[in-house]
Amino acid sequence: MKIRPYLYTLLFLLLAVVLSIAIGSVFIPPGDLGRILIGWLNQATFSEPLKTFAFILTGIRLPRTVLILLTGAALGGSGAAYQGLFRNPLADPYLIGVASGAGLGAVLAMSVKFSYSFWGLMAVPAAAFIGALLTVFLVYTLARVGKTVPTTNLILAGVAFGSFATAITTYLMLRSTGELHRAIAWLNGGSSQAGWEPVLAMLPFLAIGLGILLLSGHALNLLQFGDDQAQQMGLPVMRVRTLILLAASLATAAAVSFSGIIGFIGLIVPHVMRLWFGADYRRLLPLSLIGGAGALLLADVIARSVMAPQELPVGIVTALVGAPFFLWVLRRAKNQGYW
Amino acid sequence: MLKIEGLSVSYGPRRVLYNISLEVISGEVLALIGPNGAGKSTLVRAVSGVIPVESGGIRSDDINRPSVNLLSLSPMQRARSLAVVPQAASMPPAFTVWETVLMGRTPHLNFLGQVSAKDEAIARLALQKVDALDLSERRVGELSGGEQQRVLLARALAQSTPILLLDEPTSNLDLHYQVSFMETVSALAHQDKLAVLVALHDLNLAARYADRMALLVDGEIKATGTPRQVLTPELISMAYHLPVQVIPHPYADAPLVLPVNN
Repeated sequence: MKIRPYLYTLLFLLLAVVLSIAIGSVFIPPGDLGRILIGWLNQATFSEPLKTFAFILTGIRLPRTVLILLTGAALGGSGAAYQGLFRNPLADPYLIGVASGAGLGAVLAMSVKFSYSFWGLMAVPAAAFIGALLTVFLVYTLARVGKTVPTTNLILAGVAFGSFATAITTYLMLRSTGELHRAIAWLNGGSSQAGWEPVLAMLPFLAIGLGILLLSGHALNLLQFGDDQAQQMGLPVMRVRTLILLAASLATAAAVSFSGIIGFIGLIVPHVMRLWFGADYRRLLPLSLIGGAGALLLADVIARSVMAPQELPVGIVTALVGAPFFLWVLRRAKNQGYW
Repeated sequence: MLKIEGLSVSYGPRRVLYNISLEVISGEVLALIGPNGAGKSTLVRAVSGVIPVESGGIRSDDINRPSVNLLSLSPMQRARSLAVVPQAASMPPAFTVWETVLMGRTPHLNFLGQVSAKDEAIARLALQKVDALDLSERRVGELSGGEQQRVLLARALAQSTPILLLDEPTSNLDLHYQVSFMETVSALAHQDKLAVLVALHDLNLAARYADRMALLVDGEIKATGTPRQVLTPELISMAYHLPVQVIPHPYADAPLVLPVNN
């Protein structure tokens, strides 16, 4: 039986999208979904109950689905890129400090009482985004030795700076009087913003970051042989590694600024794709992107439904469901040399 | 041919290579020998552009083409003139042999790494030359050391360069693979008119398969010439701090180096 990686993964994503759109406080049957879609194509006007459904769709479900889809894609794609760059199966998008920097920025912004305006609502995401990028820049600068940035230095600087940022974040949280619950929810992955604004705000950064990553498959393959051999085969190693690192960090920073810190997607989705479809990064990157989008959508559906009408932070679901699932996949893997 | 002129390399404040001058002619195998720490690997890395060069020049000279200054080239351009066969240590285990050899075509591909039928034909030919075509679909992690080393040679051959550098390729191979590997390298150099510089630690292996040799001690070239000229008791004893005798090989046209016990 011929294995068709893209077909299977895209079908998985499609299923996840349909579930995400259909399930919520108001269940929209897939049949009605189809009717609305056809109606849109024919520019028809709707009568009830389709009219309410269409309103929920455009105002709430679709923007949320697209936001989660993009976030999952960013996490899956940059997770694969980080694992390739650092040649380490434990690497995830938060390795060099994006999470701790974003967390610090977000919590700082939460301690300020912003007005309920557009800019007030954008304050936390903007602060998270800036915090994430600033951290990566600092870590990168700290790790630099002359003209090169050794991998080990990057990881060490990332861990050190991450601990530092987390400590300050925890202190701020302990000192807060009302914002503690909100901060904890954000730090475990909660997208509280509705509408299309978050999607539009994220889109340019994701387009650039993920666009670069999708073109980097061959370079990542070469890097698996080590910097020396990659250079001897013709790759300008330092430039390419820096570019991929920045692109992955940009995509991750944009993703976490609205969705909070969601773990496991960036770590596990690339491994599952590698186990099932091989280690060629030209394929692994796009597959991790699509798989990450689908996985996060499913996790979000679960997070919304399990304790309805309350919403669990989706990061808890990815951890609780993701870890056992990955262990199960790992045990079933027949070939040992998949890494 | 490869021309190294007055090359000096330092690791920070420490000078490791002093004024190295060497020529490797197309169609010959030049063996670089010397004790541990002499700088053999450093020389290979410096010529291939992985470590910076303090002073001196590296040129590629061909009869039909103008002389190329390899130091001024980008990694991509240099990789079209020069290919390196490293030691087969800690290779990424998940790639297949075929995928690995195809990566040698990188300097001739676009940055997406898209291969054409011509690239595949070259890769297939490279695998044939090292007698590893039947290993194509195997994962590299499953191969023996000798097989992995052949795959790395095929990858370098697929790069289609006039110059080949090998950094102690036989260090982890058993006797059978040491001999068969050097047989292949020597045959390829002569048939395809490649300029081959191979760093070796086994003196007698080098004597059997090298057309010329260069002795590197403490970062300096102490002698170059045919194996008979370089493998003299005086030079080798001085270089390795060990008394040796050199006798004619019983049945091969090469000297044989024997350590002397007291």
